[in-house]
Amino acid sequence: MRPFVLVLLFAMFCPECMIFAAGDHGEVQSQSSITDRSIAIPEWNDWKRVFLLEDYNTRIVIFGTTLLGMAAGMIGSFALLRKRALMGDALSHATLPGIAMAFLIATSLGIDGKSLPVLLAGAAVSGLLGVATILLIRNLTRLKEDAALGIVLSVFFGAGIALLGIVQQMKTGHAAGLESFIYGKTASMVASDAWLIGCAGLSCMLISLLMYKELTLLCFDEGFAVSRGFPVVLLDMTLMGLVVVVTIIGLQAVGLILMISLLVIPPAAARFWTEKIVNMTVVAIILGALSGMIGSAMSAIFPNLPSGAMIVLVATAMFLFSMVFGVPRGILIRKLRRHQLNMKVNRQHLLRGLYEFLETRGLLNEKQISESTFIPLSTLLQMRSWSPMKLHKIVKRAQQDQLVVTLQDDQLRLTKAGLLEAARIVHEHRLWELYLITYADVAPSKVDQDADAIEHVLGPEVIAELESLLVQQSSERVLQSPHAIEIQQQEPNSPRSSSRRST
Amino acid sequence: MNGLEQWSWYLDGWIIVAGILCAVSSALLGNFLVLRKMSMLGDAITHAILPGLAAAFMISDSRSSLPMFLGAVIAGILTALFTEWIRGFGKVDEGAAMGVVFTSLFALGLVMIVQAADHVDLDPGCVLYGAIELTPLDTILIAGWEIPRVVAVLSVVLIINLLFVIFFLKELKLSSFDPALATTTGFNATLIHYTLMTLVAITAVASFETVGNILVVAMFVVPPAAAYMLTDRLGSMIILSAILGAIAAVTGHISAIVVPHWFGYHSTSTAGMMAVSAGLLFVIAALFAPRHGIIVVWIRRQLLSWKILAEDIIALMYRIEERNPQLKPDAGYLREILFSRSVSTSLTLRYLTRHAQLSHSNGNYELTESGRDRARQLVRSHRLWEHYLVEHAGMSAESIHKKAETLEHFTDRRLREKLNEDTIATDQDPHGRPIPPEENTN
Repeated sequence: MRPFVLVLLFAMFCPECMIFAAGDHGEVQSQSSITDRSIAIPEWNDWKRVFLLEDYNTRIVIFGTTLLGMAAGMIGSFALLRKRALMGDALSHATLPGIAMAFLIATSLGIDGKSLPVLLAGAAVSGLLGVATILLIRNLTRLKEDAALGIVLSVFFGAGIALLGIVQQMKTGHAAGLESFIYGKTASMVASDAWLIGCAGLSCMLISLLMYKELTLLCFDEGFAVSRGFPVVLLDMTLMGLVVVVTIIGLQAVGLILMISLLVIPPAAARFWTEKIVNMTVVAIILGALSGMIGSAMSAIFPNLPSGAMIVLVATAMFLFSMVFGVPRGILIRKLRRHQLNMKVNRQHLLRGLYEFLETRGLLNEKQISESTFIPLSTLLQMRSWSPMKLHKIVKRAQQDQLVVTLQDDQLRLTKAGLLEAARIVHEHRLWELYLITYADVAPSKVDQDADAIEHVLGPEVIAELESLLVQQSSERVLQSPHAIEIQQQEPNSPRSSSRRST
Repeated sequence: MNGLEQWSWYLDGWIIVAGILCAVSSALLGNFLVLRKMSMLGDAITHAILPGLAAAFMISDSRSSLPMFLGAVIAGILTALFTEWIRGFGKVDEGAAMGVVFTSLFALGLVMIVQAADHVDLDPGCVLYGAIELTPLDTILIAGWEIPRVVAVLSVVLIINLLFVIFFLKELKLSSFDPALATTTGFNATLIHYTLMTLVAITAVASFETVGNILVVAMFVVPPAAAYMLTDRLGSMIILSAILGAIAAVTGHISAIVVPHWFGYHSTSTAGMMAVSAGLLFVIAALFAPRHGIIVVWIRRQLLSWKILAEDIIALMYRIEERNPQLKPDAGYLREILFSRSVSTSLTLRYLTRHAQLSHSNGNYELTESGRDRARQLVRSHRLWEHYLVEHAGMSAESIHKKAETLEHFTDRRLREKLNEDTIATDQDPHGRPIPPEENTN
């Protein structure tokens, strides 16, 4: 029952499925039991055989997929930055009618329709036609890129399916397996395939290396490239042409879905590790090569794993790792940075709150008093929309930094260092307020909020410039506030003070 | 012989009905995918449901359709969800995020399937053809009627989609065009987004199970894109896309039977031909659409450029006359000054002669009285603009000519009078040339 169901499952599915299936066919025959779901743990000899590349076949496959990963990683980087990541998807589908057409024409001319150059030429022609159609739709109509991709993908593929329907009725040609022939068979890659991938991939990389400057310009600032007289349309076509070539050699060797993922995933993963395009291409090349290598090695070791799918999954694992742990754009590092900024902001708000409290009471003038006055936490709670829990945490952290000292958990005072720091923060806050009032014509009653948003990220140069711009007589260490500060103490029910806004 | 002899209303009728149902229900939702620039989502979802199918099969150990359907829909929704996460948290471009998600899910599903059964042997042909031709064979009994299962399923999906679009049209519209505004006005754009994604997944799975994945992707994108070319209103776009989808389904099936016969073959894949005829409809719409069609836009531009060239010619003639009344320029002389192409220049000259604005003798041209009137108004617009630009826009006298050259073609009499009022009365432009009067005073 089960194999029958799975065949149906496959049959229901799109052609790519079968493409993999065709590829897996050779690998998995060694297993005799049909219902065996387990992955056999390989023997030591298997490991050795794969890692020392003893098998001729393994050697070819690993070599081919690695090179393919490198080429796809490099070209894919440009495609990704040009926001054309799914171009490979549309293109690889768009090659189908060309393949069928090439087979039809070649067979009716009496040439062997299944010879590789004929099919690849057909694929390239219809792939380029697909690219041209996408560019035409994008440039001439009001439709956007995504719709153009979708249209070309589905219509070309539909045409290919219809043509294949005809091809299979041909009496002269032996059409069976045409699709699987062109749509890849990683595990049964032969030396000539690997050579083809090597030559085409390396020349693609060489071309993009030669045109590095132009392609970079195209990716980042198309308008500027036009204004400097670069032939942008030609460059665009070249980039897409490179994608076509890489896609087609990849299709032939490893299959459709794998090809798309090699074009998309390594560059997307590399993006998390760098802000520079040179580094990004290098990282993408390395990641592409690694996923090709590890993926095909794993499928060689574990006979039950299809190599195409394994390469994708290895690449995905790398992508997920990069997304979480990548520096400087990964999720963790960005969260961490945000957390640090939040802590800094909270600390500065706490210190400023304390300072302003002291200031309004006129307790600042004598050092002794200002350093020994304990302020109840409830006062601070009303100044910002802090929950008691959060305020507690902030105070605790400030205490660790020796900026404040607490008394019985509900009162606190500034230390000497805290007072200095608070004075500096208040000064910067008011500098910005003053700047907004003087130069941006913001009403004094509004500047507090605006200054709140920016004071934490002002650099020392900016502060120095503001000083020289606004402070004529530098007699006082801390500027007077340009607006009235109200600290309400009488309304314990009001959650936040009128003069403060939560950040 | 055209292949239609074997037409059977029972078989082909049901096939067409299934095709229409699939096309219309996909096209309804596809409008919003196209407007939200998410056209590739249909493609991504149809690939990514493989692990859902495999997991459902492994868990339930049966091929009953309900668990399979649920598994596929869940996987489809997860695709949308993961794409959104990767886009949001990882700050990855949407297309790339989609590419990462669906290829990974597809590979995962493949490994799961290979693990479940390690020897899969199948005939590629049946996959590529799609199963729509087999539609009438798998029937169920509903209220005494024998209806193909596919048709029943797709009808339900169509009704759900129709109700969704009708009842949430306002919300969909707002959240498609301006999600930020939608959120500020108080309804949840995210909720609408994920409901739409869920329905897209359901539609994709329902159609996919029956008519193959090419057709799904084509019907999601192509008819709405064609409708988008034809109209500016969302309501008419939705209706048009449904109609276009239905037409594509009908012509697709017929051409799948008829077209191969022209070349001496039997019928070919209906699903493929449906996609192709949808593509043809799109090409026609893109070329000939009344307002945004490529040809219409091109003609409009060409007419405008000819109009401008004609105006440039008579204004130039006026200026020549102003300096040297004896000089009667020929076509070559005009072309040299205006840098225009010879074909359009001679066409325009002929047009101007026919409309009695120019007269010519021996290849030399001269303004007629009506031509001189029009030219005077143009030159007046030009010089008034120059005057205005110097006086009010504070531009220097060297840089105004080009601006005035553009503006003069779009200046009517009322605007000229306004310009005249707004500037200090003068009869000279900044270059020292006289500003001609509105009416001929001689």
